[in-house]
Amino acid sequence: MGAGHSHQLYVRGHSPVHRLPPHCKITAVLCFVLVVVATPREALWAFGAYAALLAAVAATARVRPGFLLRRLLIEVPFVAFAVLMPFVAEGEQVRVLGLSLSESGLWGAWNILAKGTLGVAASVLLAATTELRDLLLGLQRLRLPPLLVQIASFMIRYGDVITDEMRRMRVARESRGFTARGVRHWGVLAKTAGALFIRSYERGERVHLAMLSRGYTGTMPVIDDVRATRAQWTYAAALPLAALAVCLTGRTLT
Amino acid sequence: MHVPDGFIDAPVSLATGAVAAAAVAVSLRGARRELGGTAPADGLGGERTAPLAGLVAAFVFAVQMLNFPVAAGTSGHLLGGALAAILVGPFTGVLCISVVLLMQAVLFADGGLTALGVNITDMAVVTTLVAYGLFRLLLGVLPRRRSSVTAASFVAALVSVPAAACAFTLLYALGGTTDVPIGKVFAAMTGVHVLIGIGEAAITALTVGAVLAVRPDLVYGARGLTAPLQLRTSPLRPGTDAAPAPDAAPAPGTPEPARSTRRFALAGLLTALALAGVGSYYASASPDGLEKVAHDKGIDSKTEEHAAKDSPLADYQVADITDGRISGGLAGVIGVGATLLVGTGVTWVVVRRRRDRAAAAAAETA
Repeated sequence: MGAGHSHQLYVRGHSPVHRLPPHCKITAVLCFVLVVVATPREALWAFGAYAALLAAVAATARVRPGFLLRRLLIEVPFVAFAVLMPFVAEGEQVRVLGLSLSESGLWGAWNILAKGTLGVAASVLLAATTELRDLLLGLQRLRLPPLLVQIASFMIRYGDVITDEMRRMRVARESRGFTARGVRHWGVLAKTAGALFIRSYERGERVHLAMLSRGYTGTMPVIDDVRATRAQWTYAAALPLAALAVCLTGRTLT
Repeated sequence: MHVPDGFIDAPVSLATGAVAAAAVAVSLRGARRELGGTAPADGLGGERTAPLAGLVAAFVFAVQMLNFPVAAGTSGHLLGGALAAILVGPFTGVLCISVVLLMQAVLFADGGLTALGVNITDMAVVTTLVAYGLFRLLLGVLPRRRSSVTAASFVAALVSVPAAACAFTLLYALGGTTDVPIGKVFAAMTGVHVLIGIGEAAITALTVGAVLAVRPDLVYGARGLTAPLQLRTSPLRPGTDAAPAPDAAPAPGTPEPARSTRRFALAGLLTALALAGVGSYYASASPDGLEKVAHDKGIDSKTEEHAAKDSPLADYQVADITDGRISGGLAGVIGVGATLLVGTGVTWVVVRRRRDRAAAAAAETA
């Protein structure tokens, strides 16, 4: 797999975080996010501590802060939702800057913003330090059904092919003077989608036959099986364990 | 609408995670059967699953990026649950959407990792199952034609999106972390998603129609609608092929037209009777917008009573029956019956006269 197969979020590097086995990283991120979600929202400082932990991981992985912040933009739709929350929630009202806001709504907005941002940041860090194929291998090591992992790997491998196919159809449409401007043009776009489905399905059949002719029997051979040593597990567990400590102190203090 | 971390509390997230895992496990088994083609599920068909489902997942992923302009610069995109269910079958549909959601969560940080169960339950399982169930139901009722597949996919997609919104509201009611009242969440979610559903329905129906026109055999939901191939001898060279091809057995899925029209008429009659008899129980007391506006504005004070106001069925009520609802229902049923009789009579007369005229014309030319 060459450079063409690495996704946009991946940052090439050789940091200790990059070298960790993928299944350790996935487990660590999942546990970290679970701990964050279970933290009471009144423990404001705990969320600061989580952010500091993530910043430490980013620094170890040599991921630039600007990159991380740019990738956080995916969260914007939910920020809009969170901003609305103090206005629609009920309960006691407080006056902030001349606006009457619901107190529980403010807490709710804070809750979503803090936990959502931390979750997205953790996922972005995972994706930035792990290559696609490693990610899939890691999921397989974590005992996800092999068939599911295979489907996911086919989706990832052919995702770019299918997207390119769609791009070519768009180029073909536009070179014939077509621009979709409204509901009246949905028919043409839907025909594109239909053609895309037929092409994808037929490509799937061809891929299947090509694989059969190369001796495929329903399972993929695992060539480079990464096993994690105890030291690597402990290293990966540092993040969720630190978070757990923060969470427990947060629970006892509030 | 990917739910981020922290939106739903931990217990409900874990519970939906279990639901999602079970659904994916069942779908893995079912998809093997759906994509296996003609081969037995445990034989050659099994290994077709991975490449085909993977490519369909890639298709769903790509088609979600296809923008459909609505008006004034806004545009929407397809969610794809109903489309996948109709094109490749419900199990494969659930599987493909789940894989897309999993990859979006892990690779693109779109949707939280702990909220993955919520997202899969909501967007993959509920959407696909509601859409496919409704689609099958409608296909069973509608006449077996290609246009009814398109119509059924329209309705299925239309309902599936608000259904997912309802499911989300339910999950929110169980484990929401903020105390926005449920009513408001429900109203906002359903309101927005009915609008999204209309677009989704139109695009899904058009796309299914486009695939049906080119490769009807690929549409899972329309299997059994295609007529079997017939072996015919060439009319140009009658001597070469002495033995006539054996008559193709009538397709199991296409009953002869006479029975199909009779069944259709019967279903229509039953629907009309049910609507008239039962539906009118729940009809609004001021059913006609014009009547209501006229009444409110006092326009109708001058209108004269209808000439037939003393008839036994005036104002959609049967005289001498005091219970308003039963009376209304009975009047409806009687009305349907009378309309049917009059309509059949008129049609019969027209057909009869046309047949007589055709017979007369035939006699003249002979």
